[in-house]
Amino acid sequence: MGLESDVLVIGGGLAGTTAAISAAREGADVRLVSHKKSTLRQSSGLVDALGYVPKREDGESDLGSGSGSGSGSGSERASESTLRGPVVNPYDAIEDLPEEHPYSIVGSEAVAEGFALFDELVGDAYRGGHTDSNALVPTFGGTVKPTARYPAATAAGVASDERPMFVVGFRSLSEYDAGALADGLSASGVPFPVAGAEVKFAEAFRDDAKITRFARALDDDEPIDGVPARKALTTAVEPQLAEFADSVADASDIRVGFPAFLGEDRADQIREELGDRLGAEVFEIPMGPPSLPGLRLEDLLLEQLDAAGVSFETGVRAVDRTVGTDGAVETVVVDRNGTGVPYAADAVVLATGGLIGKGLQSDRKRVTEPVFDCPVAHPADRYDWFLDDAFGDHPFARFGLATDNRLRPVDPSGDGEPEYPNLFAAGAVLGGADVAREKSASGVSLATGVVAGRGAAAVANDTTLEANR
Amino acid sequence: MSNHQPPCDDDAVEPIEVFPERELDLRAGADACYKCTTCETSCPVAAVDDEFPGPKFQGPEQWRLKRKEDADIDDSILSCSNCLRCDSACPSEVPLAQMHNEARGEYVDEQMNKLSREYLRNRILANYGLLAKVGSKVPRLVNFVMGLSVTRKLNEKLLGLPSEREFPAFATQTFREWWRERGGAQVESDDKRVAYFHGCYSNYNTPEVGKAMVRVFEEFGYEVLVPEQRCSGTPMFANGMLSDARRAAETNVESLAAAIDDDADIVASCTSCSLSLRKEYPELFDIDRIDDVSEHTYEALEYLRIHEDLESAVTDAEVDHPALAYHAPCHARNQGLDRQAVELFREVDGVAIEDVGDSCSGISGTYGWKAEKYEASMAMGEEMFHHMEQSDGEVGMTECPTCAMQMEHGTGYEIKHPLQVLEAAVVSE
Ligand SMILES: Cc1cc2nc3c(=O)[nH]c(=O)nc-3n(C[C@H](O)[C@H](O)[C@H](O)COP(=O)(O)OP(=O)(O)OC[C@H]3O[C@@H](n4cnc5c(N)ncnc54)[C@H](O)[C@@H]3O)c2cc1C
Ligand code: SF4
Ligand code: SF4
Repeated sequence: MGLESDVLVIGGGLAGTTAAISAAREGADVRLVSHKKSTLRQSSGLVDALGYVPKREDGESDLGSGSGSGSGSGSERASESTLRGPVVNPYDAIEDLPEEHPYSIVGSEAVAEGFALFDELVGDAYRGGHTDSNALVPTFGGTVKPTARYPAATAAGVASDERPMFVVGFRSLSEYDAGALADGLSASGVPFPVAGAEVKFAEAFRDDAKITRFARALDDDEPIDGVPARKALTTAVEPQLAEFADSVADASDIRVGFPAFLGEDRADQIREELGDRLGAEVFEIPMGPPSLPGLRLEDLLLEQLDAAGVSFETGVRAVDRTVGTDGAVETVVVDRNGTGVPYAADAVVLATGGLIGKGLQSDRKRVTEPVFDCPVAHPADRYDWFLDDAFGDHPFARFGLATDNRLRPVDPSGDGEPEYPNLFAAGAVLGGADVAREKSASGVSLATGVVAGRGAAAVANDTTLEANR
Repeated sequence: MSNHQPPCDDDAVEPIEVFPERELDLRAGADACYKCTTCETSCPVAAVDDEFPGPKFQGPEQWRLKRKEDADIDDSILSCSNCLRCDSACPSEVPLAQMHNEARGEYVDEQMNKLSREYLRNRILANYGLLAKVGSKVPRLVNFVMGLSVTRKLNEKLLGLPSEREFPAFATQTFREWWRERGGAQVESDDKRVAYFHGCYSNYNTPEVGKAMVRVFEEFGYEVLVPEQRCSGTPMFANGMLSDARRAAETNVESLAAAIDDDADIVASCTSCSLSLRKEYPELFDIDRIDDVSEHTYEALEYLRIHEDLESAVTDAEVDHPALAYHAPCHARNQGLDRQAVELFREVDGVAIEDVGDSCSGISGTYGWKAEKYEASMAMGEEMFHHMEQSDGEVGMTECPTCAMQMEHGTGYEIKHPLQVLEAAVVSE
């Protein structure tokens, strides 16, 4: 039998990658299997720790007001009724989270370790590691969002910087409205003048050309109607930028924001060249899906998996498990396009994501975890899963696995005994956090990935397994 | 052992009927799309072709349109290369590959002019096995004629084949001829038995891959069967020739099911062939025992990794081999096999292997063999060529025969199959 490893990680998102690398660093021989591309491809590429926390009963004022950056309220609609923030320092705010929250379970030290590992893995591709405080970064929706780490490409755009900002949009890119974005930022009280304009670029492309098509044209500096793409882009921007320059006091210090599609392979070079041509610092504003920053992060993490010596396979789905007489998981059955292949491992990390990543599945009656059939707590009546308010505190957002303090899934209605002594869970498959509203998704994945990965390696390194009951 | 049958007899050229057996309902799949656009960021064609509306349109959107107003299939479906990257990417269980295959079939069937040059050319490309069967009867002559520049010019004019491409040479002895000549299997075993699905390419063009497969499996004590077979159908799906594919599938399923009854698992050395047997057959056709065949099919290296301690076998080996630039075919990716060669061979003393990145090679089977797609095909391959040239050595490696063509075409490198490297490592002289 060839397919054996000390630790098997299921799921190739941020949580799975972190768990696999953490386990490998403990000396375990690690294999990772993932069904599909991770949700990183849809994520903004911003790596959040904790931006908002539940309002306190005691009526204490927002942690976030006057949050160092002077950027105003942050204006996230989701935060208005029951959350407060943006928080300045995520570590200080962890104590305000409910006890079933993954951060409460693993502790703030694990959160710091998760981010330390992230910083090490991504090197200078990301910024924000110099401080524990959140940065405030403009988003394409015209809001300012608290986040812990942001791509280097986005660095010149942070809201705490007071340089005038000019935002460029494209008539052919309908997802992104530069004017509305600039208005939104102004309205949220950013401490600098900001304006936006739509320019004509790559009109030769079809109306709904893919964002990857734009990126590719810039990567290759491909001629568009005879003019090299990078030159064509700056030529289109120049007149509008000149107009903006006339309206601000210090025109030598303008920064120019583009939607985040400035190249996939040669992003740094493109940003620099555009900056030189425009005589301004150029940065990217993270977009919703499709997301090149998310894609670039995914590529980076795959390289790191490889460098850590982790074997990995994508395009395969874990569908079942076999259990030994001692109650431990013995093999995980993986479906390879119709063929079921058993993978044996001493310990397993389940990092299959939430309802979006398909780690949890729901029908009209039940929410389930399909690979190990671990119980998921949720209200029996489906009508109690949601609220009427679209941005409200929906119970379903917190659905997920309950665990012991080592992140082994337990039955939430039971005695706290782990379902399997050698199964650990990490990332969005865990319950207890409303990551979208709290702005904590990546941080939860990083922190729990580190803890679950190490836990699994400890089981694998301990041949008797008894010590782990 | 049924090695006395002719390998391919695709001599059927007759009008096409589409899905006569059952009406497919892909509504649930279309509804599962939540427009996250992950598929679009994965599509290599959309990244280079302004005209191509992308996988989300080809799949769920087109299906939705059709349901509402009985719209025609958009002709852009012919620009989809069937690389299946969108299918591997979609987080939401939208059966993109199946939707594209169905749409292509319907388009070709109902909207394409059967007298057009394009249809004729696609039909020829789709039925490469038939062409190869004829060609390999007089390989030297055909190789000579096809190599002439005047032939290439003519091919472009008459058939829309790009004159830039060199026609793959036919081997002077096919794999099956070799197999017969050596007297079939040299190892007999009741409990270790595999049926080899060699496909057209390793039979007619690169029999050394088939030979390597046989020698490696025999080294591990397997009895190898070489059952009757036809084209796996991949080029037919990709060109919307679904009834051609169905006929080939019927033959293959029957003969491979018989091998399963003989206690054999099926192994293929081409990742498009294994993908086709495993995934596309059961998605598209309703043939008796098709699921059985799907469940018993493996890629050759994958099979050994599951059943043998291949890692130890290669760690003990020492080979003197030039550095390899490895490209993972899209169809290996879709089966989760894109990393296995790299992970295996990095354990071998004397073999240096480098993955040249995750781009598509751009040829996608017959796609790069169409004059009007040639430029896009080379643009997609650009990244791979670049990485190959940056890597050490001048030998490439891949599992897919057409990716190998593209790698060679773009860089001039010699290209190996992992089984050939494995043969060097584990087969004693
Ligand atoms: C639209 C969107 C925007 C986001 N924006 C941000 C943001 O701005 N900031 C931020 O910090 N975070 C953001 N996130 C969250 C972040 O990207 C990750 O989703 C989060 O960290 C969860 O990661 P994960 O690894 O737990 O799960 P996922 O990323 O969901 O990964 C789960 C993986 O497991 C695989 N899988 C599932 N089931 C199986 C199985 N049975 N067998 C094998 N593999 C399986 C899936 O295919 C997937 O690859 C966003 C997410 C989404 C969807
Ligand atoms: S199969 Fe490949 S070419 Fe066709 S739509 Fe999907 S990703 Fe694009
Ligand atoms: S990846 Fe799937 S769900 Fe997302 S847009 Fe494409 S088809 Fe729809």
